[in-house]
Amino acid sequence: MQDPIRRGLASGWQHVDASSLTRSQSVDADVVIVGTGAGGGVSADILSAAGLRVILVEEGPLLSSSDFKMREADAYPQLYQESASRKTADKAINILQGRCVGGSTTVNWTSSFRTPPEVFAFWQQRFGLHELSAVSMSSWFAVMEHKLWVRAWETPPNRNNDLLAIGSERLGIASAAIKRNVKACWNLGYCGMGCPTNAKQSMLVTTIPAALARGAVLYTRLRAQRLQFVGGRITALECLALRPDGLRTAGKKVTLRARHFVIAAGAIGSPALLMRSGVPDPYRLLGKRTFLHPVLISSGLMPERVDGYAGAPQSVFTDHFLHQAAIDGALGFKIEAAPLHPVLFATTLQGFGQAHARLMREFTQAHVLLALLRDGFHPDSQGGQVVLAGDGLPVLDYPLTPLIWEAARRALLAMAELQFAAGARWVSPVHEMSTGYASWAEARRGIAELPLKPLLCRVVSAHVMGGCGMADAPQRGVVDHRGRHFWLDNLSVVDGSVFPTSLGVNPQLSIYGLAARNASVLAAQLSGRPPPVIP
Amino acid sequence: MMSSRRQFIRTGLVGSLLLSFSGWLNAAGARALSDSERALLGAVGQAMLDGVLPDDVGQRQRLLQQTVDGIAVEVAGLSLATQRELGQLFGLLVSTPGRIALAGVSRPWGEASREEVQHFLQAWRDSRLALFQTAYAALHDLTFGAWYARSDSWEAIGYPGPPQGVF
Repeated sequence: MQDPIRRGLASGWQHVDASSLTRSQSVDADVVIVGTGAGGGVSADILSAAGLRVILVEEGPLLSSSDFKMREADAYPQLYQESASRKTADKAINILQGRCVGGSTTVNWTSSFRTPPEVFAFWQQRFGLHELSAVSMSSWFAVMEHKLWVRAWETPPNRNNDLLAIGSERLGIASAAIKRNVKACWNLGYCGMGCPTNAKQSMLVTTIPAALARGAVLYTRLRAQRLQFVGGRITALECLALRPDGLRTAGKKVTLRARHFVIAAGAIGSPALLMRSGVPDPYRLLGKRTFLHPVLISSGLMPERVDGYAGAPQSVFTDHFLHQAAIDGALGFKIEAAPLHPVLFATTLQGFGQAHARLMREFTQAHVLLALLRDGFHPDSQGGQVVLAGDGLPVLDYPLTPLIWEAARRALLAMAELQFAAGARWVSPVHEMSTGYASWAEARRGIAELPLKPLLCRVVSAHVMGGCGMADAPQRGVVDHRGRHFWLDNLSVVDGSVFPTSLGVNPQLSIYGLAARNASVLAAQLSGRPPPVIP
Repeated sequence: MMSSRRQFIRTGLVGSLLLSFSGWLNAAGARALSDSERALLGAVGQAMLDGVLPDDVGQRQRLLQQTVDGIAVEVAGLSLATQRELGQLFGLLVSTPGRIALAGVSRPWGEASREEVQHFLQAWRDSRLALFQTAYAALHDLTFGAWYARSDSWEAIGYPGPPQGVF
């Protein structure tokens, strides 16, 4: 297996592992980009293609296909924020987020959806984002779909996903296939641990190599600490080198000066950097309205082998329950399957001792569904807030409100019904007080009475959005529709933190499309070339 | 009201009853677990992993030690803030007053019965106090994470492991 990263490094790409720096340094560039995920990767590609000198700053390590051994024990500490166990302030929600070159795109499950038209319509209406619509964005999505090989996945779904299609069909509910950003995928099922065959067209193997080949400089193990600004302009970004453990600072500083700064550190990291820097925030919007698509989990046991660890992790979905009420009504949810691997499954599963062991013995017959709640549209769904802890690092405080629990109950019921319809012999919400049910009738009664509270009912998230929301005016948002900060001239935010609500779909393609648009506009401005034609 | 009660527990018990845990982290990061912490985590492992541990005493002890080693590695990969919290939790539980008053375990961890430790875990799992619930959840995730990270635990659940071949 060719490793494009190691080959590129051998050919002279400029990569600085800041944990190996022997002294502090100062570097100049045209553009500094903080973060190498969906937003930072696309920005680096487009800005470097315009002839601009780009520096990329990444807190995590540079790892590539030769390092991806498909073992949870290695992958989670190496590739995820806080070893894949980042928690909200009250520890009631576990957040999966990438922390490596490529960000979450290196570890995501490849599900690719355009931003739904009704979401754009809501943004136009509530946030004055008239420039953004399904039509105006369609060419940007098309460009990124082409570039990242987003297309229909022709291989039959694995059993874990097929059961969602079967259950839906038996209940008369529409389900559909998920498009994936893969090229010559081996259908192994280990997308979440870094693709060992470079089939997944993540930022790690597409945009970032393209930028590095044009001379962009990549710093890893480097934490963006604080933006310095004078008047209305950012003058420099102060960064702290981390030690090889990625946790402690090493005592060396890197000061980056540039004409423009692009923040793409994710929906927790981006607002945190701006907050640490004390950038103007007169309407107190920074870090607010952070959304998670809170996820409920339902595990079932099938009479047959499911082998949920094997095969493309997500290939079937149903949006039936997303469209039962108005977009700003009771929260709707998207249902997808979840890949099963021993550590993630065992730690997520409730209980301990004999009861836990019994479920684990049936691991190969386990079937797991996820319901992603669409937060941020209902007037009472205000999401969470990023706050800085004593060490300056961010914590997300996301209260689980009655509005969310009401939707959670409907979601747990819907998933149990789907699983029984697909032939399950046992289904249980992941909930500390549930011992599971042997029939849909039993589940319907039981789930109706389950107390739904933080820490009792397991809630997870893999989609962090918002915190630097875009709008037409600084009273309603941190940045405008181009990602430009309202108060500082040479500052852009280009990642999932600009979404003013959640999306109701897995976010990667929404970020790629908007980043392509906004980085193209910025590239034209900075390089003096003609601007792209924006519909 | 809930938060003020939680706050009281946090400052009242964890703060004053217990030691200063500034020694938890050494310069290199993962500090080795102390013998008393190893005994605690071994006892927790024996209770959590009931149903997957072998009957043979020697094998069992060896696997529990490996699980505790795995927990030390896991802890070292968490944020420094979380490592500090876990240091406080372990410190709380290895102290005699903490073990007796909060965990309800009368004998030292190395001598406590599996049932006694399971009773403690169940009580914290069912607790109305978020502090105990989250502490239970941390012990749960660390123990099962360490256990199922090891490839020799996979045969029992039918997991063949990652695909082998030329990559």
